[in-house]
Amino acid sequence: MDLLQDIIVVDLSQFLSGPSAGLRLADMGARVIKIERPGTGDICRQLYVSNTRIGGESTIFHAINRNKESYAADLKKKDDLQRVKKLIEQADVVLHNFRPGVMERIGLDYETVRGINPGIVYGEVSGYGNEGPWKDLPGQDLLVQALSGLTWLSNNEHAQPTPMGVSVVDILAGTHLTQGILAALYRRAIDGRSALVQVSMLESILDFQFEVLTCFYNDGRQLPVRSRTNNGNAYIPAPYGIYKTLDGFLSLAMGDIPKLGRLLDCPPLEEFTESSGWFDRRDAIKAILAEHLLSRTTDGWLSVLQPADIWCARVMDYEDLMRQIGYKILNMELKVKTSNGLSVRTTRCPIRIDGEMALSDKGAPLLGEHNKLIDGQFGLGIGLT
Amino acid sequence: MNHLPLHGLTVLEFSQYLSGPSAGLRLADLGARVIKIERPVTGDACRSLSIKNLWADGDSLLFHTINRNKESFTADIKSPEDLVLVRKLIGQADVLTHNFRPGVMEAAGLDYALVRSINPRIIYGAISGYGNEGPWKDRPGQDLLLQSMSGLAYMTGNEADDPIPFGLSIADSLCGAQLVQGILAALIRRQKTGQGALIEISMLESLLDFQFEFLTTYHSSGQLPQRSKLNNGNPLLGAPYGIYTTANGYIAIAMVNIPQLAAAIGSDELAVFTQEEAFSHRDEIKALLSAHLAGRPTAWWLERLHAEDMWAMEVLDWKGLMAQDGYRCLEMEQAITTSGGKSLLTTRCPIRINGERLFSGKPAPTLGQDNERIVMDLLKQGA
Repeated sequence: MDLLQDIIVVDLSQFLSGPSAGLRLADMGARVIKIERPGTGDICRQLYVSNTRIGGESTIFHAINRNKESYAADLKKKDDLQRVKKLIEQADVVLHNFRPGVMERIGLDYETVRGINPGIVYGEVSGYGNEGPWKDLPGQDLLVQALSGLTWLSNNEHAQPTPMGVSVVDILAGTHLTQGILAALYRRAIDGRSALVQVSMLESILDFQFEVLTCFYNDGRQLPVRSRTNNGNAYIPAPYGIYKTLDGFLSLAMGDIPKLGRLLDCPPLEEFTESSGWFDRRDAIKAILAEHLLSRTTDGWLSVLQPADIWCARVMDYEDLMRQIGYKILNMELKVKTSNGLSVRTTRCPIRIDGEMALSDKGAPLLGEHNKLIDGQFGLGIGLT
Repeated sequence: MNHLPLHGLTVLEFSQYLSGPSAGLRLADLGARVIKIERPVTGDACRSLSIKNLWADGDSLLFHTINRNKESFTADIKSPEDLVLVRKLIGQADVLTHNFRPGVMEAAGLDYALVRSINPRIIYGAISGYGNEGPWKDRPGQDLLLQSMSGLAYMTGNEADDPIPFGLSIADSLCGAQLVQGILAALIRRQKTGQGALIEISMLESLLDFQFEFLTTYHSSGQLPQRSKLNNGNPLLGAPYGIYTTANGYIAIAMVNIPQLAAAIGSDELAVFTQEEAFSHRDEIKALLSAHLAGRPTAWWLERLHAEDMWAMEVLDWKGLMAQDGYRCLEMEQAITTSGGKSLLTTRCPIRINGERLFSGKPAPTLGQDNERIVMDLLKQGA
């Protein structure tokens, strides 16, 4: 039996944060029904990225919304709202990522929904929480990264603040929302009670920084200083970072500097015998290393470092990675099919359960594809005037 | 606190460092009792791994951050005597986590098959670096190395830059968070069927999952993601997405319509571009924008952009952030007093349940602090 078999999720969210939570729930066995506005649907359907489209819709929509159903409903219309309420009455989870106040106006806020279904788990993602001066600002990934101090951690000391190039805020907020929803579903299985689970993108990205924020709170509030070159983490001593070689790039994690010096045949490094100097003098060490590592190929260096158990790796792009056996044996790629015959290659759920991968081949739904089915199964048309 | 969702559950944490222990921290904050099973004398290796040389009670501040709200039980899993106690604990636990390299738990006689024979209801969560098979299985599952191998280092920074890693342990954090998801979903099934489960996840799979939008786009187009020449915010997105220098600081601008942006900031040069050109001409647009925005202070631009409801924000550092009411009203900080009496400030769990923030003042355990009590409890139960 799938872990979340028989769990029904009514997902009113759009874009990435909420829908990524829906995707994870779907991959663990829940039935996820997207409620989308007629005509346009989830705005993400039209968010084209790098000009790549699949079947007239953005590639990322297909990635985020596979394994779900779509029910088109205009929540401003009485009949449609009535149907959605009837669906919620029979569901286990409702989730949304509207700005504060929107669900109240529609009449689908937690109190109302709990009135309809006293066992509901209601999950919501906001940008900045439901109070305070930022509550009505757009909860958008780059903007939350910018506010949260995160942009001062990547790249080198004199570089501009540098955002992380993946939507890390959306994805973490979605991940945390899933955790909260699952914990509440577990509790409900014991006591039958409803729960409200809330996360905000800002709190999620602060949580991501918990180690370095705790350091900041307790070190006299000194701002992080990225290393001058080859920065990997502002708080970790040399050699931590990525280095250019004769033919590519090599990453070095934590390591003993004199030992590295001997292995790499780089005598200047052997002078850094005090481990405290590996942080205090990291710029000097990194500069020496950066210069020295240029002289040989990545594989050449790896052939010396790996047998000596130095934590190192070759830096790869997707082409390089996908040629590797270590990638292929993961079977991370998944082919899904939409109902109109479109085939999309994407990635699978990363969690293995009882040794099995989740390999649903169900593609993203067409807008409103499942209205008829859901109306019938849940009796949504009955009793409407 | 018995109102928390995971109240009544016991988790045995054989994990060290960040990935597994961050999962334990989340389970603890949601109400579970988390007992770290640590090797005598040294314990979790993170106890002696400091950042900025910050310590409390002889353990690193880092350890205190990741392991608050837990208990500690020391046991040498290579000693038959200790193993008897550990097996008894397993008999009474709900969840077990570990992040040893493949083979270590098997060698100790604590692999899933054996643990399940002791306790068929247990949820067994295992984190690896690269999975349990293939040429990389014995490599160190270390965050920077995983970032380097997974393609992630080509997303941040600009086109001509060397690969740039995320300056935080994203693989550890994400993998730990996903382990929590798997464990909780398995607990839900167990509640219905009584069945235990094996939940496995590797850091490499976590990072590939993290890049699912990029990988799906790559599979479809065959084109490697390309960082923009300037002001890269996300290789998949067109101009203006990125951070720009102003006359007195920095501004972040997300997806906005190019002609509207040109009008709002008064740039005739920008006005010649259409929205359809936002991706195909992103380097040109970003270069023009970059030159234009450098002429005025951040607040000046923000006023104009916000007046038109455009997605823009000031770039803050932590000091700037913490001076804001928008930060303070979150109450994201919490004070902890260590068992040695030292006061520390850290962050709380980011999830709110029934409108309540989850605070816990319980500090990280000293090594083996709970041995006596746990052994007494086992004896009392006649286990």
